Amino acid sequence: MTTRTSLDAPTDILNVNGVEVAIDGRVILRDVEFRIEAGEFTGLIGSNGSGKTTLFQVILGLRPTVAGTVSFHGEALARRNRSIGYVPQKVLFDPEMPLRARDLVALGVDGHRYGLRRRSRAVLADIDEMLSAVDANEFADRRVGELSGGEQQRVLIAHALISRPELLLLDEPLANLDPGSAQEIIGLLHRVATDNRVAVLLSAHEMNPLLPVMDRVVYVANGRVASGTTDEVVRSDVLSALYGHHVDVLRVHGRVLVVASSSDEHEHLVSEHPELVVE
Amino acid sequence: MHWLFEPGLFSNHTVRTALIVGLIVAIVSAVVGVFTVLRGQSFAGHALTDVATAGGAGAFLAGVAPIIGFVGGGVLGAGAMDAIGVQRVKGRDIATGVVLGAATGLSALFLYLSATSSASTGATQLILFGSIFTVEPSTLPEVAILSCVVLLTIAVIARPLLLSSLSIELAAARGVRVRVVGLLFMVTLAVSVGLSAIVIGSILSTALLIGPPASALKVVNRFWFGAAIAVVLGIGATWAGIIFAYDSYYWIPSHRGLPVSFFVVAFVVVEFAFFSVVRRRRGGRPATAIEDSSHHVETQWH
Amino acid sequence: MFSSFMTNAWLSGTIVAMLAGVVGFFVVLRAASFAAHAIPNGAFAGAAGANLVGLNPLFGLISFAIVAALSIGATSRRSRSDVATALSLVLMLALGAAFLTLSTEYEPAINALLFGEILGVSSSQLLPVFLLAVLCVAVILVLYRPLVFTSVAPDLAAAKGVNATLVEISFLLVLALATALTVPIVGALLTFSLMIGPPAAARLLSKHPARALTLSITLALATVWASIACSYEFNLPIGFFVGTIGAVLYLCARVSHAQRAVRSFA
Repeated sequence: MTTRTSLDAPTDILNVNGVEVAIDGRVILRDVEFRIEAGEFTGLIGSNGSGKTTLFQVILGLRPTVAGTVSFHGEALARRNRSIGYVPQKVLFDPEMPLRARDLVALGVDGHRYGLRRRSRAVLADIDEMLSAVDANEFADRRVGELSGGEQQRVLIAHALISRPELLLLDEPLANLDPGSAQEIIGLLHRVATDNRVAVLLSAHEMNPLLPVMDRVVYVANGRVASGTTDEVVRSDVLSALYGHHVDVLRVHGRVLVVASSSDEHEHLVSEHPELVVE
Repeated sequence: MHWLFEPGLFSNHTVRTALIVGLIVAIVSAVVGVFTVLRGQSFAGHALTDVATAGGAGAFLAGVAPIIGFVGGGVLGAGAMDAIGVQRVKGRDIATGVVLGAATGLSALFLYLSATSSASTGATQLILFGSIFTVEPSTLPEVAILSCVVLLTIAVIARPLLLSSLSIELAAARGVRVRVVGLLFMVTLAVSVGLSAIVIGSILSTALLIGPPASALKVVNRFWFGAAIAVVLGIGATWAGIIFAYDSYYWIPSHRGLPVSFFVVAFVVVEFAFFSVVRRRRGGRPATAIEDSSHHVETQWH
Repeated sequence: MFSSFMTNAWLSGTIVAMLAGVVGFFVVLRAASFAAHAIPNGAFAGAAGANLVGLNPLFGLISFAIVAALSIGATSRRSRSDVATALSLVLMLALGAAFLTLSTEYEPAINALLFGEILGVSSSQLLPVFLLAVLCVAVILVLYRPLVFTSVAPDLAAAKGVNATLVEISFLLVLALATALTVPIVGALLTFSLMIGPPAAARLLSKHPARALTLSITLALATVWASIACSYEFNLPIGFFVGTIGAVLYLCARVSHAQRAVRSFA
């Protein structure tokens, strides 16, 4: 039984309403409110420890909320929601683990199923296709534990996407990558997501690499969240309210910088270099 | 080849029974062992053979059928380990160690009591070290049935087990009940080692559980292929060991013969050394990566 | 039980308990329980072998314990250490089984080695045992900081230039010597439990390392003293009591720890 509320627009797939999360009695996040539409690319931006992984756990149904609701297509979240794919933060593979990249992707299809049914030719072809889509053909038959960070990342993305989820969550996929690899992954994600009509929610502590592809940003700071388009959210006034102290948002050479400042420094900046400040 | 197949080898009823039992146990141990080694639960696997032996000693003392003691004791031990925390990487060592300590303590009591109470000398050593040549043919049906149960269970949980052994987070995100699958595996492991401990002794039980799978996993990329190789290696070591043990009666002048466990373990170790060398020759990622993988990032997943 | 012939038992038990409390603390810290279990079992094989060739069993105990420690330590950096430990263990046990088959050793003597014997250490051996125990503790003290560092934060330690392999091998050798000294009293099968149960309990009861270490020694002493007394009273092998008391201590500590955690949120 779907319980659609009037707040859910038809294209919404994920709706987070007034969510509050606590760990061991300590409130991590409160009043979290945002929505994700089908096919959108959303960046979840916040520094380490701001609660991004916790939020993912809530969305995946693996952590309860103290208050608020999360609904997927208007329905409350089930624990095993196969329409949400997940690429976790630090998956350390044992180099001795006898599993090829290809096998890991295959487990994305049936890793949760009991029994040992043979994989049909259609499934095997699908696996091949997905490996091509993430440019993993070169190392598809090598052990996952022997791959580089960037290569593992791509295999994990294929593993998450092969069950054709509607929403793909990625927890800090760019954290340990060099800028070149980070760009590649973002390009790959954008391409695959668009091709497969998959919404992406990607967490990062640095938003600049994502600026070209983000449709929406959810900015986490101080236990609270601000969401909207980049222009709506990444502004000095919005972020200052979020942080609870003054920050300046500067644009330099197309890059965004969030800098803590005082009101005097802010006055000085606005009068001397107005072109830099994003109000 | 006359020296290898000494007179009466294949016509000997004891040897034939041993070969069949060895075959069954080698297969089950290899299949369960591949997952055991993969999950880093070799200590638990070994500990469970000692727990099973304690159960067996208790059953012997109580006059109950040994197989109930071996398998039942093992299952109880597995449950206790799970309760203390054998699934998380951090608690694994202590959980296994504490249960093993308690079980060995009980085993010491039982064995001591049976050694002093009954007139049977060498009972202690028999239970501890066991021998495939003293298997009662009447236990074969039970062994075969339980082995099938073990293999079937593994077949059913294979994929979720594999995924959760690879990464708890990935498995949890897919909706796999990681704890349940893990517990089920521990119980299956307990049954498997209980079976092998009763027919081939605790030493061989551990050797066949860990050795052939570890050897196979050194050189293969694919999991199921690795399991198959492990089975072959296990059967090979077992049969070769049985044959050599039988032959040793003729080789050693005093006509004493060396125990089967000695030969089988020797073959298992030789296999492992061989495949280790092969792997080192082939090269691969430097060993430092392994230290990282043993300290999994543990978030609050359950 | 306090008559003169038991003096040896109390003295050697005390020495061994204190040693086990110290070494066991690090066994638990380094998650080396498997090694602590494997080495004394390997040592037993050595005793059987020494007996076979007519040497003093203690010599066999120590030499095989060292061999076991080295083979565990040598392979632990290259492949999974638990596989190496398991295979070293079964190899030594198989050798032990072979030695036993070939020898005509008197069964009570074997039982004593396996399950422990209150009078396991004779008067003449007291002094060497004491000195060797002091040696073990001394090495641990020297290694204290690198030992803790490599156990708790191996990557950081490696970055600081600490030679992890050297620390590991040294620790395993100390463990080997400590178990060899403990086996005659507690028995090959249960020596390890003295190095796991009480220290694990201590760690649950106190987060502070110095306090936990002291508690570990105290609990080990309590375990051994109680075991000697019970063994004397009930005429049962000392190993049985060590194993069960150790497990009970751990369980009590576990319950207490859980209750404290609950109380702190109330």
